[in-house]
Amino acid sequence: MLRKTFFALTVPRIDYDLLPMVLPKPEKISPTKYIRLFHAKNGNQSSPTGFHVGDKVKTGQKLALYGDDPAYVIASASGTIRSISPYSGDFGKNYAAITIEIDTNEVYDDQFKAQAAEPNLDAALNHLSFIPGSPPLSTLSDTEQEIKTIVISGVDSDLLIGTRQYIVKSRFEDVRRGIEILKKISGVEQVYLITAGETVQTYGHLGAHVKSIDTRYPSALPQLIMKNVLGEVVPAGKTSADLGVCFFSSEAVASIGRAYMDDQIPVTKTLTLITKDGNRRLIETKIGTPIRDILETCDVSINEGDRIIFGGPMRGSAVYSLEHPIQPDTDGLLVLDRSNAAYTSEYPCINCGDCVRVCPANIQINVLVRFLEAGQYEAAAESYDLLSCIDCGLCSFVCVSKIPIYQYIKLAKYELGRAEASEETHA
Amino acid sequence: MLEQKKLIVSHAPFWHNGNRVTERSYHTILAALPAALAGLYYYGIPAVAVMCLSVATAVLWELGINLVAKRSIAIGDGNAAVIGLLFGMLVPATMPWWAVLTGTFIAVVIGKQIFGGIGSNAFNPVALAVAIMMVSWKHLFDFDGMLLNYDFAFATAYPISAAKNFGAPGIAKFDLWNLLLGKQIGGIGATFGLGLIFGGVYLMLRGFIRWEISLTFLAGVYCSAFLFNLMDPVRFVGPAFHLLTGYTLIGAFFLATEDSSSPVNTIPMLIYGAAGGIITVLIRSIGAYVDGVILAVLVINLIHPLLDKIRPKALGKVV
Repeated sequence: MLRKTFFALTVPRIDYDLLPMVLPKPEKISPTKYIRLFHAKNGNQSSPTGFHVGDKVKTGQKLALYGDDPAYVIASASGTIRSISPYSGDFGKNYAAITIEIDTNEVYDDQFKAQAAEPNLDAALNHLSFIPGSPPLSTLSDTEQEIKTIVISGVDSDLLIGTRQYIVKSRFEDVRRGIEILKKISGVEQVYLITAGETVQTYGHLGAHVKSIDTRYPSALPQLIMKNVLGEVVPAGKTSADLGVCFFSSEAVASIGRAYMDDQIPVTKTLTLITKDGNRRLIETKIGTPIRDILETCDVSINEGDRIIFGGPMRGSAVYSLEHPIQPDTDGLLVLDRSNAAYTSEYPCINCGDCVRVCPANIQINVLVRFLEAGQYEAAAESYDLLSCIDCGLCSFVCVSKIPIYQYIKLAKYELGRAEASEETHA
Repeated sequence: MLEQKKLIVSHAPFWHNGNRVTERSYHTILAALPAALAGLYYYGIPAVAVMCLSVATAVLWELGINLVAKRSIAIGDGNAAVIGLLFGMLVPATMPWWAVLTGTFIAVVIGKQIFGGIGSNAFNPVALAVAIMMVSWKHLFDFDGMLLNYDFAFATAYPISAAKNFGAPGIAKFDLWNLLLGKQIGGIGATFGLGLIFGGVYLMLRGFIRWEISLTFLAGVYCSAFLFNLMDPVRFVGPAFHLLTGYTLIGAFFLATEDSSSPVNTIPMLIYGAAGGIITVLIRSIGAYVDGVILAVLVINLIHPLLDKIRPKALGKVV
C-alpha cells in the first residue's frame, strides 16, 4: 500500500489522497432487510420508555428512547422495531441498538416540516443531530462556551477517504444553503471552509472564507487547522471549542442545507469504501445499513482474520462484526486483508527517535512511551506532553519496534479522563 | 455465507511503514563489512579467527542470557551480531581467545542485558567492553606490541601512539592517502578509512544512523585538532591525521550513533557529536590514554539524557 523510500534523510511524507478532476459517481446501496441505529445511553437507563419493540416508525422520524434524556436517533427507513438491545462501543460508551425491519413502502415523517419554515437552533438541535456528518449542534447551543467561529472541514481527516472533498465539490448548493442556515441559527458571522490544495475562485459566493491547506497528512486535523489557518494554538488538554471555534464536516453542513431545502431530515450517508486492493469507491447508503449489505453489493469477499475499519488507515477503529451499521459520522470504510494489516509487537523501544522526528506536535514520544508502558499517566501528562497529542497515529506508523504507541496514548487519555470525572463526582 | 468469518480487531493505525529493528542491524552489518573485510585481508587468518569468535560468542552470550532470564529469544534481531562484529573490528588481530570471550561477555551481558536488553543500555556496549578491557589488560590494546610479528609493506607503528609520543616529527612516515586506504596498523576493522566512510555515508543516507551525530563528531575532532595544531604545530599533529587514525571513523559512524545511548532531538544530537569529537582530541593531545574515542563515546553516552532535555516546545504546551 505504501512504498518505502530508499533514502531516509528526512521524515516520511504522506499526502492526503485528492479526488480526481472528474468526480467519481457514487453507487447507491440500499439496506436489504433491516437497519440498526445506535442510540446513545447513560449507564443507568435500563428500559426504554419512548418506543417499544413492535412499534412502527417512519423514515425521518425522531426516536428518543428515554424521556428525560435529550439523546435521540433518526429512523433512516420505515418499518417495525424488532429489537432494542444494549451495545457497548469503544472506550466504555453505551448504546441501545435499535433494529428496524424495513417495510416495502416508505413513508416519510413530517414532524420536521413544521419547524423547517423558521430555522432556529432549538429545532435544529432537536431534529438534526443524527443527520449524515453528525453536526456538533450541542457545541453551538452550549451556553457556557460562546462559539465565535465555525470551521467547515472539506478535507477528510484520514488518508484515502474522499467523502468530504466529494461533498464540497458535488453538493455546492447544499453547502451554501447550510452555511446560510448555520449563520442564521447560531449568530456566528465568521465561517471558514477548509479545502485541500485547489483553486479558490470557484467558491466565490459561498458566504465563507475559503482557505486551502497543505495536502500533507495530518494537516487536516482540527488542532493543526487551528494553528495554521486561524493562527491560534489550542492549549494542551483543551479543545478548539474552548477557544470558541466549532468544527463541522462539509457533509454535516450540506445535510443541514438539504434538510431545510426539502423540509425533511436527510438520511443518506456518503462514504468512501476502500477495498482490499486499495481501490476507492464512493457509496451512498442509509444510516444504519449493516456493512454486510454494502460488502455484498460491492462484491468484497471477507476472509477469516481480515479487518474492517470505520474511518481510515491511520485513525479509524476496527469493528468485529459484519452486522455493524453505518453511523452518521462514518466517512470511510476500509477493508484490509489480514496479510496487509500492521501488527504490533512486544519489542522494547530502542530509542531510534523516528517517532520524535515525525510527531507534528513535537512530543518526546521516546520518553513518553516509557511512562505510558509503566502506567504512569499523570506523570506523562505533566512532564511529557501527553495532552498535546493530536491523535494522528504517525508515531505508531513509523515505530521500528512496532510498539502500539497510539493505542497507549488513547488509553492514557481515556484513563485520565475517567480519573478526572470520578474526582469531580466525589468532590 | 459470510456468517462464520471472524474479524480481527486492533487499534489504529492499521498501516506501518515497514521499518524493523532487524533491518537496522543487518544494514549496519552490511555497512561495516567493507572495513571488516579489508582488515581480514591485511591481517589474514588470525583476524578471521578473532572476528568469527567475536561474532559467535556475542550471539551465544545473548542466547544464554535469553534462556537464563526466560525471555523470548532475541538473537534474530541481529543486535548481538552487530555488537560482536564491532568488537571484533576494534581489537588487534592477535587478541587471545579468552580476551575475545571476555570482551563480548562484557559487551553483551554487562553492557546491554543487565540494563534490560536492547534499548535500555545507558552506554554503547561495545565501547564499554573495549574500555574495560583497555583498563584491565593494557597490553592487549597496545597495537605496536600486539602486532609486532606482522611484516607489512607500510610503516608498522600505531599512528596515534607515534603522534602522541613523538609529535609531528613522529608521523612524517605516514602518508594521508595510505592511511585512508588502511595502510596502517590498528584494530582489525578500524583502519580502512575509505570503507568506514563508505559504510557511514550509506547508513546516513538510509536513515539508520543520524548524520547530525556523525558529522558533528568528525567536525569536533577536526576543529579541536586544528586548534591544538595551531597552538603548537610540533607537539600536536594536524587535524586530517586525527580523522584518519585510531578509532575516529569507526567511532563517529558506528559507536557514537548507537540508538539507545544517543539523543534524538536535533540540537542535542549536534552537541553530543561535537562534544564527542572534542573530548577525543583532548584525551589524545593532553590525556593519559593513546586513543580517546572509546572514552569520549562513554562520556557523551553519560550526558545524553541530560542533553535530550533540550527539546522543542510541544504543541499547545502551557508553562
